[in-house]
Amino acid sequence: MMMHIDLSSVLRQTVSCELYSNLVTRPTGAAVRAQIEALLADARERSLTVIDFSHVGMIDFSCADEVVAKLLLQSVSTERGGREAYFLFRGVTEDHWDAIETVLERHRLALVLETDDGAARIVGIVGDGERAAWEKVYELGRTGPADLASALGADESDALAVLDTLHRRRLVMRTEEGYIAVGGIGIRHD
Amino acid sequence: MTSVITVPPSLDDHTFEQVVEQLASVPPDAKVLIDARHTRWASPYGLTALLTLGQTREERAAFHAPDAEETASYWARTGFFKYAEELFDLHGSVPRARGGESSVLLEITPVVKSEDVHEVVGRIQQKAQQILAKELNIDAKATVGFAMTLSEVCQNIVEHAGRGGWVAVQTYTWRKRLGRRVVVIAVCDAGCGFRQSLESAPGRVRSDRWDDAEALEEAVVRGVSRFRDPGRGQGLAGVRRYVGRWDGKVSVRSGTARIAIVPSWDDDVPLLEKLAPFPGSQVQVTIPERVAGGPR
Repeated sequence: MMMHIDLSSVLRQTVSCELYSNLVTRPTGAAVRAQIEALLADARERSLTVIDFSHVGMIDFSCADEVVAKLLLQSVSTERGGREAYFLFRGVTEDHWDAIETVLERHRLALVLETDDGAARIVGIVGDGERAAWEKVYELGRTGPADLASALGADESDALAVLDTLHRRRLVMRTEEGYIAVGGIGIRHD
Repeated sequence: MTSVITVPPSLDDHTFEQVVEQLASVPPDAKVLIDARHTRWASPYGLTALLTLGQTREERAAFHAPDAEETASYWARTGFFKYAEELFDLHGSVPRARGGESSVLLEITPVVKSEDVHEVVGRIQQKAQQILAKELNIDAKATVGFAMTLSEVCQNIVEHAGRGGWVAVQTYTWRKRLGRRVVVIAVCDAGCGFRQSLESAPGRVRSDRWDDAEALEEAVVRGVSRFRDPGRGQGLAGVRRYVGRWDGKVSVRSGTARIAIVPSWDDDVPLLEKLAPFPGSQVQVTIPERVAGGPR
């Protein structure tokens, strides 16, 4: 299941004002996140949601903590039962990045950003090994531990371990046919 | 008997202390006259702090407007009298506000609820971009950080003060210390202040030294918040980072202490303790004009 959430639309519904395009204040952030969670409530076992910042003017630290960090923290939480929620962040510009980077560092989180040309990259707190593995999975498409090990020149057990870590962090999806990077094959340009 | 509190000729964050010192011996329910007749200039901090002073009085205070027509007229254009008349019995010549003031980026604006912060940020953005880039030679990219800073300091009122306050943003040439243009954000409230806010954290253990100064150090320097949520406390940390990047200054007064992140161009004291008590929190952020060779 794939969903697209335009944050500026959610913001306008939340603060009941057509004029506001800035994600500021913690209560606003909490309300926007609650709205996103409500939209995700019906999601099935595995869902990918594009969180679109394209029409958001700016975001402050408090709002980034509520909207970005808490959303990600919940997605990586083990208390979500069998449901796996993945997020791809679109339309993030320099105007948003300062606040987002700050909260990712604070909570030691990472996320996948869609770039202007439709490609994807991981940002935030990511180890070198995790980054190399993610980029290889992104490049290869659907990948198993053996393919990744071979591509990286690593042991299969190490490849499996890093794939597990990336999966736990919701940076790659685990399917029956292998692992797919969030923002990778079949999930670009929805 | 009415106590007369004399407002200094030049009212800023430093000289406001003279006002607070005069008030220290006056009970909150005593009659006071705030005498600004001889005041010729006031910073946004001075004006917003005067309004919070009005909030602190149990007995409605009297306020004498500046005699100088130019000063009174300027104060009117900043929106000062609009709010002062709700708090004080006004005396002297109080001009009607006519026309906008070009140096005022944001006239004095009440901050009570989250929506007020949206309003403030929305109003400042376009004007801030012009001022920062054209007058202060600061990269236009700094505008977003400026709006974030404004948002976070205003949110402190909504989240922690327990009562409304005011914000004002203005540019002027700071001849005395800097000889350059500056843009100044002032956010003042007469709420519970940093110490009481942190004391309300559940299970908080106070140190032997616990006072206003330590509360300010905890909140401003170490990013401690009354909330257990680990995501809290990022606002002031972000403000400090922004101010550092643009060689600016931030000072926070609360209770009997004042803390400042002091840049090289200023000779202020980083921590002042045992000041005369004043309720709430008063924050000032100063971003100077960028000169060649300064921070990017």
